[in-house]
Amino acid sequence: MSSGTSSSSIYVLPHTVEPNPETGLFNAKLGIWLFLASEVMLFGALFSSYILLRVSSVNWPLGSTILNIPLGTLNTMVLISSSVTMVMAWASLKMKDFGKFKLYLGLTLLCAFIFLIVKYFEYSAKFHHHLFPETSTYMAIYFTLTGLHGIHVIGGIIVNSYLWGPGSKMWLDQPERFTNRIEIAGLYWHFVDLVWIFLFPVLYLL
Amino acid sequence: MAHDSNHQDSHHPKHGFWRTYVFNTDHKMIALWYGITALCFLLFGFGLVMLMRWQLAYPEQPLPLIGKWFGPTRMPDGVMLPEFYNQLGAMHGTIMVFMGIVPLAVGAYGNFLIPLMIGAPDMAFPKINLASYWAFFIGGVVMLASFFVPGGAASSGWTSYTPLAVIATTGQTMWIIGMIFLITSSLLGAVNFIATIFQMRAPGLSFMKLPFFIWAQLVTAFLLLLAFPPLEAAGVMQLMDRVAHTSFFMPSGLVVSGEHLKISGGGSVLLWQHLFWFLAHPEVYVLILPAMGIISEIIANNTRKPLWGYKGMVYSIVILGLLSFIVWAHHMFITGMGTTISAFFQATTMIISIPSVVILTALFISLWGGSIRFNIPMLFALAFLPMFGIGGLTGLPLGLSSPDIQLHDTYYVIGHFHYIVAPGTIFALFAGIYYWFPKITGRKMNDLLGHLHFWPSLICMNLVFMPMMIQGLAGVSRRLYDGGASYAHAQGVLHLNVLMSHAAWVMAVFQIPFIINIFWSLYKGQKASDNPWESTTMEWATATPPPHGNFAFDPKVYRGPYEYSVPGATQDYTPQCQEKVI
Ligand code: HEM
Ligand SMILES: [Cu+2]
Repeated sequence: MSSGTSSSSIYVLPHTVEPNPETGLFNAKLGIWLFLASEVMLFGALFSSYILLRVSSVNWPLGSTILNIPLGTLNTMVLISSSVTMVMAWASLKMKDFGKFKLYLGLTLLCAFIFLIVKYFEYSAKFHHHLFPETSTYMAIYFTLTGLHGIHVIGGIIVNSYLWGPGSKMWLDQPERFTNRIEIAGLYWHFVDLVWIFLFPVLYLL
Repeated sequence: MAHDSNHQDSHHPKHGFWRTYVFNTDHKMIALWYGITALCFLLFGFGLVMLMRWQLAYPEQPLPLIGKWFGPTRMPDGVMLPEFYNQLGAMHGTIMVFMGIVPLAVGAYGNFLIPLMIGAPDMAFPKINLASYWAFFIGGVVMLASFFVPGGAASSGWTSYTPLAVIATTGQTMWIIGMIFLITSSLLGAVNFIATIFQMRAPGLSFMKLPFFIWAQLVTAFLLLLAFPPLEAAGVMQLMDRVAHTSFFMPSGLVVSGEHLKISGGGSVLLWQHLFWFLAHPEVYVLILPAMGIISEIIANNTRKPLWGYKGMVYSIVILGLLSFIVWAHHMFITGMGTTISAFFQATTMIISIPSVVILTALFISLWGGSIRFNIPMLFALAFLPMFGIGGLTGLPLGLSSPDIQLHDTYYVIGHFHYIVAPGTIFALFAGIYYWFPKITGRKMNDLLGHLHFWPSLICMNLVFMPMMIQGLAGVSRRLYDGGASYAHAQGVLHLNVLMSHAAWVMAVFQIPFIINIFWSLYKGQKASDNPWESTTMEWATATPPPHGNFAFDPKVYRGPYEYSVPGATQDYTPQCQEKVI
């Protein structure tokens, strides 16, 4: 087949920037919402498994006796702050202030790194006390859920670093599209934050 | 692309082979790659089962000629080891479902036809589309490579039930990793499909004017989007059980080969089954809905009249999609999960059979009074109807918890779903290839070779799968290495194994005309016009092959998808994007 070579027409994909009047969304925004729906199912399955395993267990430990609540609280604060700075980054672009954008997205990245560093210390403390995933089903679900969440944080760092660094060149020639990109990166980041807000009480407090 | 991806011009003068074929983000090229790769996997998966059929027909006899090639760890002196039989079985199921039918029915058909049928220049996210193909490809490679790790490929069935799968050899780890790639591919594809259908329909193309095929793909995409992630979660937990020695799915006090396993225990074996079937029941609708979509297009076109009950079909398929999320535990009636739960899932299963029957009945009634053209696509489509009917009807006793006690895990179940996926879905996929081949290549496929493919395949399909129902009713279990030879109650139906195996091999031989047909028609087939079947839907309104960007004009839609034999018109079809009836 010769697609890609046969005609000389130039085409434009509709609704990459301007919203579709029917759905009120531009393509990528619908795309990210769909992706997040699948993420809800992913973490939903894990949370359901947690409930099922917990109710069928005879001796489920209390999370607060094993995990470090102050560190967990700190990390919750850090992530919530990063969500706020993420919104500020987007708002700065809306107000055409590229410098502020750089600052706020940079702060978001900083928070993400702080989160991971704190997590690293928590993990090493557990290993130090010989608490491994195989130790108990509680530890297993703790490491699986926080590990998967950590991978999502790393994914967010990669995307946001790109948008902070080389990807931000788009601001010069397609400012609107770039603003949209920050918006959907933000939606993802809020989701990652939201997952943690569920994880923290479920694993640390209950 | 190096240039601004918002404006993709179609001249790639500097782009060599790699850009034109391998890293081309055009949906049609990606669809072709999906199609070719999936057909190869289907053939390979079929090859695995042909090997198994030797062992079932002639247990523990050396396989002549090629038996020695498999080496002493698989088939010493040509005699198949039980371990190898299990690998073949598990990988046959995995390959056919996740690497064959889904990529072909969704990846290839959906990618090729959705933008064309809705009048869009491409998919909403061309690069993600390409990524989805490559995730599928890598997943496939990981699966195939697993045959060569110590202990061979996964051998715990395509269902990978725990705890068996947790204590299995390395191949199972490869299976999980491969599945994670395949799931990623499906998720990326599903996001793309839904966004495209919602955002990029041509002006005038309201939802109730969509071809039924598009509805089928839309519902399928939602199933993939929402049902796959729980399997991914389950896969991660099984991976943890295998690699980090956790006990998500491992009960306390498990003894393996006389040794007490040193694990923390306390896990739930049934949890895996729940998570698996939460995906896998919607997944069976992923296997059948695109097929129904293909069949609907072909039937409307070749009866030269509108589909009967289009709206009812649309409502049914949406309801089918919703209900398919609450029937999963009908696969678990005899696990001891309790009669209350069984009663619930038995009720939902009976309810979900109603929309399936509505769609099938509408398609049957659509034939009524049509001046049917019996071309090759239509023959396959006509065969699909009764074959799917048999598959669906045999599902009803399985969905009732008391007959399922007898039938569960017997060859009856194998017969049931193969009627749906083999002479059902696979016939629909064949029908679609014969039907859309002229749009892709500008040439029709050969009729004589088509007949030589269709009739023997139809006969052999029934000779392979009908005896399975008989064996199953007689109580022969599935997944037996000797096909039941060592069981007293199976003796009366054992001879059927020989018949089924020979029918399978003969069927393989009659796939050769199909393969020859593809290559021969590519160069020598009868030249076809842009709209050789005189069809109404929009993929036939553009040039053949469709250019980059799909339409040289701005497509607008004026009417529903099946305006055939409009009263008062001189032409017996009125395309969707034609303004006046002529
Ligand atoms: C009217 C519709 C249907 C009903 C009532 C039905 C019911 C069932 C039930 C209850 C089982 C479990 C049997 C057992 O393990 O004891 C089953 C198995 C199966 N069905 Fe269906 N089914 C229907 C349609 C379909 C369709 C459309 C497909 C699509 C391809 C399908 C594919 C399968 C597969 C693959 C299995 C076997 C899974 C395994 O154990 O490996 N079924 N069916
Ligand atoms: Cu089912």
